[in-house]
Amino acid sequence: MRAQIEGSQAVAEVVVLCRPDVIAAYPITPQTHIVERLSRMVKQGDVGRCQFLNVESEFAALSALIGASATGARTYTATTSQGLLFMAEAVYNAAGLGLPIVMTIANRAVGAPINIWNDHSDSMALRDAGWIQLYAETNQEAADLHIQAFRLAEELSCPVMVCMDGYILTHAYEPVDLPDRSLVDAFLPPFSPVQVLDPSDPISIGAMVGPEAFTEVKYLAHQQQLRALALVPEVAGVFEQQFQRPSRGLCSPYRMEDADVAVIALGSVIGTIKDTVDELRREGIAAGCVKIGCYRPFPTLQLRAELEGLTCVIVVEKDLAVGMGGIVSADVQIALQGLHIPVHTVIAGLGGRSISKASLKQMIHEARAERLSEPHFLDLNMTAINDELARRRDQRRAGPVAEHLVRAINAIGTKVV
Amino acid sequence: MSTPRIKFYQTGTYTAGNRLLDEAARTVQSRMDRMNSLNSGHRACQGCGEALGARYAVDAAMRASHNRLIAINATGCLEVFSSPYPESSWQIPWMHSLFGNAPAVASGVAAALRAKGRGDVKVLAQGGDGATVDIGLGCLSGMFERNDDVLYLCYDNEAYMNTGIQRSGATPPFARTNTTQVVGEAPGNLLGTGKNLPRIAMAHGIPYVATASVADLHDLETKVTKAMDMQGARYIHLHVPCPLGWGSDPAHTIRVARMAVESGLFPLFEAQFGTVVDRTLIRHKVPVERYLELQDRFKHLFGPPPNTEAIAALQAIADANIVTYGLIV
Ligand SMILES: Cc1ncc(C[n+]2csc(CCOP(=O)(O)OP(=O)(O)O)c2C)c(N)n1
Ligand code: SF4
Ligand SMILES: [Mg+2]
Repeated sequence: MRAQIEGSQAVAEVVVLCRPDVIAAYPITPQTHIVERLSRMVKQGDVGRCQFLNVESEFAALSALIGASATGARTYTATTSQGLLFMAEAVYNAAGLGLPIVMTIANRAVGAPINIWNDHSDSMALRDAGWIQLYAETNQEAADLHIQAFRLAEELSCPVMVCMDGYILTHAYEPVDLPDRSLVDAFLPPFSPVQVLDPSDPISIGAMVGPEAFTEVKYLAHQQQLRALALVPEVAGVFEQQFQRPSRGLCSPYRMEDADVAVIALGSVIGTIKDTVDELRREGIAAGCVKIGCYRPFPTLQLRAELEGLTCVIVVEKDLAVGMGGIVSADVQIALQGLHIPVHTVIAGLGGRSISKASLKQMIHEARAERLSEPHFLDLNMTAINDELARRRDQRRAGPVAEHLVRAINAIGTKVV
Repeated sequence: MSTPRIKFYQTGTYTAGNRLLDEAARTVQSRMDRMNSLNSGHRACQGCGEALGARYAVDAAMRASHNRLIAINATGCLEVFSSPYPESSWQIPWMHSLFGNAPAVASGVAAALRAKGRGDVKVLAQGGDGATVDIGLGCLSGMFERNDDVLYLCYDNEAYMNTGIQRSGATPPFARTNTTQVVGEAPGNLLGTGKNLPRIAMAHGIPYVATASVADLHDLETKVTKAMDMQGARYIHLHVPCPLGWGSDPAHTIRVARMAVESGLFPLFEAQFGTVVDRTLIRHKVPVERYLELQDRFKHLFGPPPNTEAIAALQAIADANIVTYGLIV
């Protein structure tokens, strides 16, 4: 059924279709609409015997799901930003225990300074925790990915994060095709756990492992996650067939056939990038873009195949490894090892700053002309930065950087393109 | 099932007169069909009060649940000494997740059982005092407040033992730990610090809160059995001497525990929905010195010169407990 619906509501609707047994959640903007809707649906009996736990923290939310999943329940939660970091210890634990929990990340910046708007700092901080990470471009994709996430998680006994941009997707109303229950039932078999806490077959889960076997345990976890490189496209293929609409796998190209410059990105910004590519094509520039839909495991070979033969690759990422630069671009560089293709890192959209076609276009022109700084910060206000640097040079007790920068930028006036 | 309160007063030496009882009232541990839930072969120190307490408590919980029990364990001595793979002393479904989340994990198990319509299976969560009163308190309070159907057992050995004897919020005043050493102007743990978790639990108004001690194992079994027959969030705070951390003779673990009870320092009581409903009377009151002198962690109080002020402060705590809970009539 096609509905004009908010992204968060769409996600809640499809999660219900996946017949979860236990949902535990703690509120944080911009995730709240998802869990509010779910709590209502559970309470009014739309989700069978499903239990909704109002817990006291994100750490407790994921911990409760660890217990529930180990008892054989299909489990779901959603969080973002500070909430994801607050549950960090349990994020690693759930993966280490091989529990197929599905969690939505309504991507948001991580403070300080506190900021409720979108970027990818949160899920990137936990990219190596052992979860599969899928990133949605649109709300339709976010909805579809959740259905696939449960199947992937349970087939691999590995937790999955479905990342969708806070506000840009979670709060956007768009038409979304919500599938019939029977379609989802046919696609997603009941959860059959590989390990379960059961009095008729008592086992010990989560005991200590020493140096003699820890490496082997981790090696297998790595191999298990790499299996997703085959399974993600396979499951997307089955999904396409059964739901009669396109779904994509690990990474998807756009106008890459004869491209010589490509922009790589994750999430909703792909829409703006595609429009920019179209405009550049009209100007005669052979631009294309590649969306990374599955970031963990990283589709190294698939990406290499997409990018081979290019003269310029630009990674636009909504995150920053302070003291280093790009996170995604470091992975892209490894994928392109030995191909001698310059990879540019562009840090964009931090803390919700909008990414405009004009800025992207200029960025591509500068990259082609080899004039891009490394890493390049899109739309950086250098006047304000230089003012602040000067102020701090003159004054030891200069106070909070954040406050002074906001003052300076408000005084200069933000350039809105 | 009603659980009669049984006192072993017969011998004066406190040896349990189990055989004098009706068969049905005898301790779970004395039965041929006891589960040995925490089986022999684990790596606890000699005389470990926590191992002893767990053995009695978990078997009693198993019996009360007709062997339909799932246990969740916080990180700590009990988890470590019972489990390193490939060995496990646990003969019951058992899971360890993290140090601070056992109550939440147990809430999740209970929710899953509800979702699956498995009303026959019961949930036990257990952790040390550090896991319970400090790092896991948020999760525990949440589990209490939601009245999740879990029995939580705290093994209180009054410090972080697994990491090598550091102070917790349950460490008593003046006790030596490796982070409250016997140096400076106020040697040992500071007077006026620490928290009383049974009272905090009671403040949640949950169906059942009890304190127990390995000094009275039959009483422990009774309380566990009683708790297992109830629904909702239940809490038992169990005093378990740690010979290694307390510097006490491993052969005297029960004696040490008994002196804590008989001095009034560790009052035994039960509460329902926030109100104390019963307590164990002290038969032979002993001065706190009888308890303190058995442990190296309090050795500095005996001098030279003796710290009479500190001993008096501890005596005042014991006396206040005796009044609060009416331990002497
Ligand atoms: C988040 C976290 N912090 C610290 C630790 C280290 N740690 C493991 S066990 C433990 C002490 C446990 O003390 P307690 O709960 O009192 O149990 P005991 O060992 O005394 O029985 C500590 C501090 C940890 N595992 N996880
Ligand atoms: S250190 Fe204490 S609590 Fe830990 S095993 Fe030894 S006696 Fe038991
Ligand atoms: Mg302890």
